[in-house]
Amino acid sequence: MSGGLRTQVGQLARRSVLRTMRQPGQIVPALIFPLFLLAVNSGGLKDATSLPGFPTDSYLTFALAVPFMQGALFSVMNSGTDLARDIETGFLNRLALTPLGGAALLSGLLAGAIVLGVVQAATYLAVGLIAGAELAAGAGGALVIVALAVTTTVAFGTLGLFAALRTGNGEAVQSLFPVFFVFLFISSMALPLDLIQTQWFHDVAGANPVSYLLQAYRSLLIEGWNLGELALGFAIAVTIGALGMWAAAGALKTRLVRT
Amino acid sequence: MTNESPERAGIEVEGLVREFKNGPRAVDGIDLRVQPGEIYGFLGPNGAGKSTTVLMLTTLLPPTAGTARVAGFDIVREGGDVRGAIGAALQEAALDPLLSGREHMRLQTALHGLPKAERTARSDELLGRVGLSEAADRRVGGYSGGMKRRLDLALALAHRPRILFLDEPTTGLDIQSRTALWDEVAGLAKEGVTVFLTTQYLEEADALADRVGIIDHGSIVAEGTPAELKAEIGRPTVEAVPREAGDQERMAEALRPFGERCDPTRRGGISVRLEGGESQLADVVRALDAARIAVEQLQLHAPSLDDVFLAKTGRSLEGAGDGPAGEEPGSEEMEAVGAS
Repeated sequence: MSGGLRTQVGQLARRSVLRTMRQPGQIVPALIFPLFLLAVNSGGLKDATSLPGFPTDSYLTFALAVPFMQGALFSVMNSGTDLARDIETGFLNRLALTPLGGAALLSGLLAGAIVLGVVQAATYLAVGLIAGAELAAGAGGALVIVALAVTTTVAFGTLGLFAALRTGNGEAVQSLFPVFFVFLFISSMALPLDLIQTQWFHDVAGANPVSYLLQAYRSLLIEGWNLGELALGFAIAVTIGALGMWAAAGALKTRLVRT
Repeated sequence: MTNESPERAGIEVEGLVREFKNGPRAVDGIDLRVQPGEIYGFLGPNGAGKSTTVLMLTTLLPPTAGTARVAGFDIVREGGDVRGAIGAALQEAALDPLLSGREHMRLQTALHGLPKAERTARSDELLGRVGLSEAADRRVGGYSGGMKRRLDLALALAHRPRILFLDEPTTGLDIQSRTALWDEVAGLAKEGVTVFLTTQYLEEADALADRVGIIDHGSIVAEGTPAELKAEIGRPTVEAVPREAGDQERMAEALRPFGERCDPTRRGGISVRLEGGESQLADVVRALDAARIAVEQLQLHAPSLDDVFLAKTGRSLEGAGDGPAGEEPGSEEMEAVGAS
């Protein structure tokens, strides 16, 4: 990365982080809402651990993977809404009048998502462990969980950027949030994939990449080190991120028609 | 088109057109030339094509047809060079409410590639210049409209551009903020910065611009110095309103020797174009006095840019009465003069 590009990305990243830190409305719901659902699910569904083949006797440990995914989904909304606001206010035009490159712009905008990802992951993990969840992979596993959470958060953040660049409208980006949430509900969120008895739901959840992201977290929480599941989780997150970045770069070209 | 050295080049536009899909021709083949160091006022009502022209000249919108060189660079083929030479404060002050003024300056100077050691000094200098030193560390969300506009101007100047585009920089500002911004723009021109200023305020164009282009429905309908444009319209008019409505005919008769009668006025008075210019005003008063006509109001109208707009387009410019002083420019009013 050249010095100029590094400065550009660094400055935009700084702005993105400042914006995130100065909007408690972005951080607090992304922390509270997933933890609230964790409390409800781990209390209400704990009898599921008595199902034959359930991988752990602690539903809290099983369910602790879900907040990481919910947190990542929040980054769709946060990244996208921030960029949409820049488009609406003309701030993107201000940036377009500088020698800023498209790659620097998109990378810089995702810096806030990285910070949010770290804060979310550390909080969910700390609260989960304090509440009694297990972490089979130990301290090293905690670091990998944070790394996976950041990768996933950034990956979903690129989808928010794409949506913002396509629509140029913050409300349109926010309306996508429930759509993305559906993917969470039609995954192995509540039960392991092989224990889902309803065939259509099993098929849909099996085809849903979110199930494998959840499984990567669970492997560290429940099993210890399962490199195959971890690799699959990271590969899915990176693929979503790469596709999202590619789509966002295309949308940016259309949005920024500067000569 | 000439190929002047970038340091000495202004703006040259030939046949510039912008068509939007399923929409009107927002800009319909305009030609204009702005000399280096000149303030060019681009005057027109809302929707005339001013902002579309600015977006094209600042490389943010490709033209449908025509050519333009800004600072010696072609806006289509050399967009990056154009952007390096210009600064722009577009129609809305595009600021981040969550960042402070100083943080905006830091971002802008860094993105324009100023050396790290220079960024802080340049930011402080510009914030001081636009009077925002004290508010520099406050978040922009708490700034007034005038402060936002001044910060916008400072940001546009961060990389020392040779050409500055200001798109309606004073719209919505109070008189004090407007005047402060005018002073700043005039100061920049004195330093050699070429300024392309769009406005819908006649007073702004009149006070600031060396030359004015009037645009309507995407076409330039008049161009010249404000004095030249007003001179085109001709001589001043005097408007007299009788105290008694029944005196209108006698008043018209008394004013007939002074020149051609204009259209009826809104106030029920008689308006006459003074063949002999302003110096005839005293004679007009004497004539009305001699005819023993009581006068409610007597007003001398010097030709204004609104008159120019009216003459060229057949309608008055929107916002014409929306100026700083809330009165028509170039008019001198005398209340209730004349004999009883």
